[in-house]
Amino acid sequence: MTHRHDRVLRVDALARVEGEGALHIHVRDGKVGEVQLEIYEPPRFFEAFLAGRDYAEAPDITARICGICPVAYQMSACQAMEDAVGITVGGAIGKLRRLLYCGEWISSHALHIYLLHAPDFLGFDGAIDMAARHRDLVERGLRLKKTGNQLMTAVGGRAIHPINVRVGGFYRAPAPSELSALLDPLRQALDDAIATVGWVAGFDFPDFEHDHELLALVREGTYAIEHGVPHTDRGLVFPVSELDHLVLEHQVPHSTALHATLAGRDRYLTGPVARYALSGRWLSPLARQAAAEAGLPAVCRNPFQSIVVRAVELVYAIEEAIALIEAYEPPHPPVVHVDPAAGVGYGATEAPRGTLFHRYDLDDRGVIRSVRIVPPTSQNQASIEDDLLRFVATRLDYDDARLTSVCEQVIRNYDPCISCATHFLTLDIHEGELP
Amino acid sequence: MNTPEERPTLAVWKFASCDGCQLALLDCEDELLTLADRVQIAHFTEATRATVAGPYDVSLVEGSITTPADRDRIMRIRQNSRLLVTIGACASAGGIQALRNFADVSEFRSIVYARPDYIETLDRSLPIGEVVPVDAELRGCPIDRGQLLDLLTAMLAGRRPHLPDRPVCGECKLRGTSCLLVTGRAPCLGPVTRAGCGAICPAANRGCFGCYGPIGDPNTAALIPALRAAGLDEDGVRRIFRTFNAAAPAFADAARGEEGEQR
Repeated sequence: MTHRHDRVLRVDALARVEGEGALHIHVRDGKVGEVQLEIYEPPRFFEAFLAGRDYAEAPDITARICGICPVAYQMSACQAMEDAVGITVGGAIGKLRRLLYCGEWISSHALHIYLLHAPDFLGFDGAIDMAARHRDLVERGLRLKKTGNQLMTAVGGRAIHPINVRVGGFYRAPAPSELSALLDPLRQALDDAIATVGWVAGFDFPDFEHDHELLALVREGTYAIEHGVPHTDRGLVFPVSELDHLVLEHQVPHSTALHATLAGRDRYLTGPVARYALSGRWLSPLARQAAAEAGLPAVCRNPFQSIVVRAVELVYAIEEAIALIEAYEPPHPPVVHVDPAAGVGYGATEAPRGTLFHRYDLDDRGVIRSVRIVPPTSQNQASIEDDLLRFVATRLDYDDARLTSVCEQVIRNYDPCISCATHFLTLDIHEGELP
Repeated sequence: MNTPEERPTLAVWKFASCDGCQLALLDCEDELLTLADRVQIAHFTEATRATVAGPYDVSLVEGSITTPADRDRIMRIRQNSRLLVTIGACASAGGIQALRNFADVSEFRSIVYARPDYIETLDRSLPIGEVVPVDAELRGCPIDRGQLLDLLTAMLAGRRPHLPDRPVCGECKLRGTSCLLVTGRAPCLGPVTRAGCGAICPAANRGCFGCYGPIGDPNTAALIPALRAAGLDEDGVRRIFRTFNAAAPAFADAARGEEGEQR
């Protein structure tokens, strides 16, 4: 076992994350000097080229920020546009949106649990070689993922970059028979998801805890997905319209993604662990039972156990989808009429990996004047680096290969979506107004 | 069955993109493990840490070239690949990020970043084919899973893939969707857009917005009056051609025509 005083760990291309990132850790005199989660994903300038586009184009265009969570972008964009023009969309359309979102949660969580994260715990490079030993398990994961994709296809028209979403609702409401055809696969998926919770709960989790402030949307009486009010576990509650004053981002030299902090506070964490801490009591009885049997505490502060929380959310999203389909009545019409109007609108929804904020400023013809998008991975980046710093400090006796491998695992705990993170706010507008 | 070492090697590479097209490979839930028995997945960072040194039999390339470093990287990948296949609109036409090609990129950079000097980027988002020779391209934003499987099967069987160069209209006819343009219900790019998606948008009562980019010989001049008749103004016509395949020459020309003397 090596125990050197000066060492540099580099992972030039992080595997099994969405997008392109690297990790640099410098250890000097036996202490961790510097940790950088470097995001080198090339910038694509969404905020810049959205200016001048029509409000109705934002759901389709912002979906292209991320192929893993396009529904999250579409939903936050729609909500923000509806806020800007002063309409509310709920009822049967709102339920159909929640159903589409459940599809994305199922698909994305199954992808992360089985193909990206579990191989770390079982000592495989990836799911393909894991399948050589555990084919039935990988097949179960793929079956779950497929069910999520089928749901997105039935409601959204296709799984990657759905085409049926528009500001105000949908282009077309699916026929009840198109959705009820999914009940059998969803019931199979529910069994698979419950088995998933039991499976991942048995993994060997390193002893480690963080103390990040946890932020998630909360909506009294339900597990918030497609809307809610931002809350933290330390008592901060704010309307989404306070976004620009409270969620601050700054650029760091090593990254094409911004780091977010809360004004007057510090780093914070968003995502499944935060949702579970703030809304766990509103999970379905079955999901709560699965969590209890997995030994999950009410607030889970071991980031390695996030895989268990994701599995519990998988149970919930499937149950919720079944309930929504069983009660489904097609909205007529499937869209609320929109008259373009000048205004500023805010949207926030729970992407699979955390809260996704959008803000748009429209002119009176509905043309976008400015945009701010705050994706979950930008918000989590400072917390991930803090975890790395503290985790590495307690594992300096590991050799380079093992230490590098566990550091990658620390990053994967957060299911970072680097494609998402590489899109930032318009600093020029609000810089002078910040408190 | 061949031993792993004898199987053809498949590598997947990412440039500026959303990850959605390589996700289409993982979305082949029923076929993925069978495929993994037939090819050796030699490089695919989204799926595995393991990587095998080239050369590779087939490289699938997602994304567009937007930085000097990426321009060098795609040249190395080309040298290391027997067949290079682009996947998706970013790789085949520069993607949505090619909207920078019509603007001042230094202005873009300072709108988005407080410290633009940290950011190294090219003035244009380049399709892969503008930097290196490409053997085949799968169109779409995102690509179609079925077309991807057909391409990989064709590669294993040593046959040509079925990549249609006909417009979306044919797929509407096959589905029995009545024409949105003829009935005046919505502006639709179907007549000039390459098929492959299954005409899903007209089936959902919305016009095609061109995810698969232009067909080989698109008559955009004839389509534009029909787009106007279906309700688009000049700016609307310009914008409908300027989305995910904005820099594909036929769509770029159509949009430029609408701008008149502005640029």
